[in-house]
Amino acid sequence: MLGRLTWAAIPFNEPLPLISMGVVLIVILAVLALVVIKGWVPYLWREWLTSVDHKRIGVMYMTLGLVMLLRGFADAIMMRTQQTIAIGDAQGYLPPDHYNQIFSAHGTIMIFFVAMPLVIGLMNFVVPLQLGARDVAFPTLNSVSFWLTAAGALLINVSLVVGNFARTSWWNYPPLSELAFSPDVGVDYYLWSLQISGIGTVLTGVNFVTTILKVRAPGMTYFRMPVFCWTALAANMLIVAAFPILTATFVMLLLDRYLGMHFFTNDGGGNPMMYPNLFWAWGHPEVYILILPAFGVYSEVVATFSGKALFSYRSMVLATLGICILSFMVWLHHFFTMGAGADVNAFFGMMSTLIAVPTGVKIFNWLFTMFRGRVVFTTPMLYAVGFMVTFVIGGLTGVLLAVPPVDFVLHNSAFLVAHFHNVIIGGVVFGALAGYNYWFPKAFGFTLDERLGKASFWCWLVGFYLAFTPLYVLGLKGMTRRLQHIPDPSWQPWLLVAEVGAIVIFAGILCQIAQLYVSIRGREQRRDLSGDPWNGRTLEWATASPPPAYNFAVLPQVESIDAFWHMKQAGRNAPAPSYVTIEMPRNSPVGFVIAFFAVVTGFALIWHIWWLVVLGFLAAVVMVLVAGWSDDREREVSAAEIAQIEQARLGPRQPAE
Amino acid sequence: MDGDNQAFPDRTPGVEEREPTANYLSYTVGLTLAILATIASFIVSQTDLLWPPGIPVGLVVLAFAQVGIHLVFFLHLGSGSDHTNNILALAFGVLIVFLVITGSIWIISNLNENMLPMPME
Repeated sequence: MLGRLTWAAIPFNEPLPLISMGVVLIVILAVLALVVIKGWVPYLWREWLTSVDHKRIGVMYMTLGLVMLLRGFADAIMMRTQQTIAIGDAQGYLPPDHYNQIFSAHGTIMIFFVAMPLVIGLMNFVVPLQLGARDVAFPTLNSVSFWLTAAGALLINVSLVVGNFARTSWWNYPPLSELAFSPDVGVDYYLWSLQISGIGTVLTGVNFVTTILKVRAPGMTYFRMPVFCWTALAANMLIVAAFPILTATFVMLLLDRYLGMHFFTNDGGGNPMMYPNLFWAWGHPEVYILILPAFGVYSEVVATFSGKALFSYRSMVLATLGICILSFMVWLHHFFTMGAGADVNAFFGMMSTLIAVPTGVKIFNWLFTMFRGRVVFTTPMLYAVGFMVTFVIGGLTGVLLAVPPVDFVLHNSAFLVAHFHNVIIGGVVFGALAGYNYWFPKAFGFTLDERLGKASFWCWLVGFYLAFTPLYVLGLKGMTRRLQHIPDPSWQPWLLVAEVGAIVIFAGILCQIAQLYVSIRGREQRRDLSGDPWNGRTLEWATASPPPAYNFAVLPQVESIDAFWHMKQAGRNAPAPSYVTIEMPRNSPVGFVIAFFAVVTGFALIWHIWWLVVLGFLAAVVMVLVAGWSDDREREVSAAEIAQIEQARLGPRQPAE
Repeated sequence: MDGDNQAFPDRTPGVEEREPTANYLSYTVGLTLAILATIASFIVSQTDLLWPPGIPVGLVVLAFAQVGIHLVFFLHLGSGSDHTNNILALAFGVLIVFLVITGSIWIISNLNENMLPMPME
């Protein structure tokens, strides 16, 4: 009846997971109880859970990413602490089996459920506004995408309570991940949660490529699009091209595990080395899916806070598209040591070095944009400058690792760990946080506290260097990654510094939570009535903060790049309003319902509860069909209604005539 | 294509002004061709009409035919001026598929060459 699921799946005999699981459950129940008691359920359902508004979906993506960041960070600090104390005779507090699950969960969550939601959330919120559009091309599909991502995140967290998670690292290489060596549910949790969220990600890619190519304001030619839209286009093209590779690879591994096939097994004609090859054919483009939109954020932030147009817009676009193509020609550098010969390694080594060139072009463009500009050091700008310094260091150690003979020494060492945290924290996380601070007033209509924002930035920056510079040193000393026990006591001082760094980053996270709390409490004094708190350059600042559901009461006419800047220069900020009826998509529960059944199906698949698999899958399919045949998907916002909304917002800031 | 000369109508995003009318004949022809190509590949894989080493080549040819049928009949890929985006997307897709397949074949064959000779069992 319940397949493999028995009471043994709940870790009653392990106090640590049991306690953390109890705390998490109590927090979730408390939040749910609060929502029910306060009577917020109808509001949440109507305005958020069923919303197809790209801005709301963007906010929900960001929330998911930030909440999961706390989970991923908890894993990180547990590992840091284990490595600080499990030295010599001491064994630390995490047994190897638990430690292996933690580093696997940390990597998987940070990439798929922190970095991806943060980046996709920013794109969701910003891209249609910057394009001068009313929404994305397929608004309901967008909601489905988000809820499938959330479904994957939920499933991966269920593994904390019911059963266990993979011990196979975030790459999940066979043959270790094959049934013979990982017979329990851990690997299945990994595979199914990523398959479900992967569908959502591919749909997002399709949606945004279509949006950027087809849904733009009048006059918004390709070469008038803000750079963030270009980087979003490149990132979504990469999603569409790369994620199917991951899905297909996981399907093959699932067939191995569920139906006894032999794609990646050692026997039966399988080839385990094909898995790393395919995994990284997705995995390398994936890092550019994450970093390109972050580059876009920096481009917007640097231009705005330098009070200048971005230096050499066209070279920025070309560099973005160059990276987009090149990112598919370097993947072997993740497994130089797997046994390829000199010619293959040399080719991929050179291509990997080459990809630093367009990235270097971008760095110089940002520097020249700041050069002789009136730079205002707000929190987003601090993140942008911190990124430039940090990312150059991370990029250079990356170029070093791209040299095959060097890689043979440093492969899978702490040096590598330091390198990719250097580019992912210094690039993607700083970018997401810069974007969060930069667009928050647009999303909610009030600014974030600058003092706590800056404090948080300095904690992140200093904490990052304290936490990861020692890992470079340790890598050169020969420390490999993923050590549950440290054999060499002379490494301890470095590990202690790294632990302090992790604590400083934690202080940064606390500052951010405090920043959010203080800003919400003082929101009446922090209102952004102008809609343009930073003296922005692009169209998202042309509308109200927060923007109405239809974004622009009258679609803007675009005549140049930095469209809003030129409108302000020309004094055409407030065109004589003549409103017409707007068709907007209706809210729809389809995304939420499909994701609910996806969770049910995924859970049943993991535990081999076959009748539930059939039920859940059929229900999801029926929901897709019902949604597909529904005709009543638009509502009309009448001109009078728009006039009323616009009057309400323009009222307070317009002087009495 | 570009926003320049296109007065974007104030409609729900993603809803075309003129919905494409489905042509039953084209879909039927497409479906028939797709089924034929599928049956043909099953026959080719079993047949002794072809020179045995030629069978994979035959399958590859049929696979490409299948892709073409889907693109033309189901995804309506044409050569008209409004298909620039589609053609570019297809070119990008073909490039990526080419990179991944040739790269994988090159890498994996190279890995095999560097293996120690194994005794056959």
